[in-house]
Amino acid sequence: MVPFAGYDMPVQYPTGILTEHLHTRAGAGLFDVSHMGQIRLTGKPGQSPARAIEALVPADIQGLAPGQMRYTQFTDENGGILDDLMIANTGDHLMLVVNAAGKEADAAHLRRHLSASCEIEELSTRALIALQGPKAAEVLGRLAPPCRAMPFMSAAFLAVDGVACYVTRSGYTGEDGYEVSMPGHEADRLTRRLLAEPEVKPIGLGARDSLRLEAGLCLHGNDIDRTTTPVEAALTWSIGKRRRSEGGFIGADVIRRQLAEGTARRLVGIRPEGRAPVRAHAEIQDLSGRRIGEITSGGFGPTANAPVAMGYVATASAAAGTRLQVVVRDKPLPAGIVKMPFVPHRYYRG
Amino acid sequence: MSTMKFTEEHEWIKVDGDTGTVGITAYAQEQLGDVVYVELPAVGKQVEKGKEMAVVESVKAASEVFAPVTGSIAAANDKLTAEPATVNQDPLGAGWFVKIKLSKPDELNGLMDEAAYQKFVEGLH
Repeated sequence: MVPFAGYDMPVQYPTGILTEHLHTRAGAGLFDVSHMGQIRLTGKPGQSPARAIEALVPADIQGLAPGQMRYTQFTDENGGILDDLMIANTGDHLMLVVNAAGKEADAAHLRRHLSASCEIEELSTRALIALQGPKAAEVLGRLAPPCRAMPFMSAAFLAVDGVACYVTRSGYTGEDGYEVSMPGHEADRLTRRLLAEPEVKPIGLGARDSLRLEAGLCLHGNDIDRTTTPVEAALTWSIGKRRRSEGGFIGADVIRRQLAEGTARRLVGIRPEGRAPVRAHAEIQDLSGRRIGEITSGGFGPTANAPVAMGYVATASAAAGTRLQVVVRDKPLPAGIVKMPFVPHRYYRG
Repeated sequence: MSTMKFTEEHEWIKVDGDTGTVGITAYAQEQLGDVVYVELPAVGKQVEKGKEMAVVESVKAASEVFAPVTGSIAAANDKLTAEPATVNQDPLGAGWFVKIKLSKPDELNGLMDEAAYQKFVEGLH
């Protein structure tokens, strides 16, 4: 167990990170992500919460149909990323899932900007359980049959083994799967019920990190933070088309300029050529030994069966196929820029 | 005489004549978790007691392996490069790291025997 964002979290269960990681890609892994922040945003009379929150994020939230969700970021006046989050439209309100480390600051940010138009409720008594992997639909479908038909990035209120839950078909592993929001007092029983299914094993923070890294997904605090923008972090896909032309979110002037003119650096996938893992903060050099950037996440990818990493490099050197070197224990090791994800996503598109 | 001696950094050494076989302990591999990479010194390299000699990386983190004695590398276990998980499976046997030709055999007297090491590990909890 380790301290993580104010919670005691397991890095691994007895079988170890490698086994947990491979199990999630082959069966179903259960992650207790109750430390993450769940926030409900409801419009005050005559107000739209989707329209209101667009002042804080670059995604198209008004275009989100009921039952759909989207990944986005809270940006600051420099276009930096305060936190990244999921926003779902439940029909009459929005549900936000934010990172544990930032949840209090995020709630304060929402209150500061949206109090006039929205009720902001931190759902701190709710638990959040992620079930991820190719067997997730089969397993959760036994307890909540309608979940099988849900497409990736959709959301629904469902009874799971008789418990009123809020289920999204989403996750952060690159696999098909769900996140199930449930009342805290039901969490112990329902989690044990899921763990009793033969395909399900509990997964710790260690494998959560290696899974998301292989899937090419950013971790706030490592790969993205206030010093990086969504454009630099190659998250432009998450910026709505209408938002690009209209702006109207904090930092829009910086982000729109970067979209038009490009950025000096960009987040890329990096594949070291040997077997040695390359970890966060390692220096990235061009082949002449000149510093061109730094690794932000890196480790061994159990499914890739190779070291995998991501980091920022000068845009001139950011094309896939570019060869470079990363410095590990004072030695430059050959590496190359590759397209992410390192392991193909296997989302359920219906 | 070939009893195993242990360091506080969780290396073991088993001496036969003037050469000692060196690895990391069962406790060390358990703490590291799944080993995915091992970096070994070149044969002939001089190593100094207490100084970094090799690197072992698990999914979690990179850790240094320190030389338990001073001497020169007589052999390195290349099997670990291809199959690093051997360190987890058999840390005291097939998962050995290097053989060191001892230049200061007296240094062995400062290391722990198995009973003392067991007690040392228990004291860590």
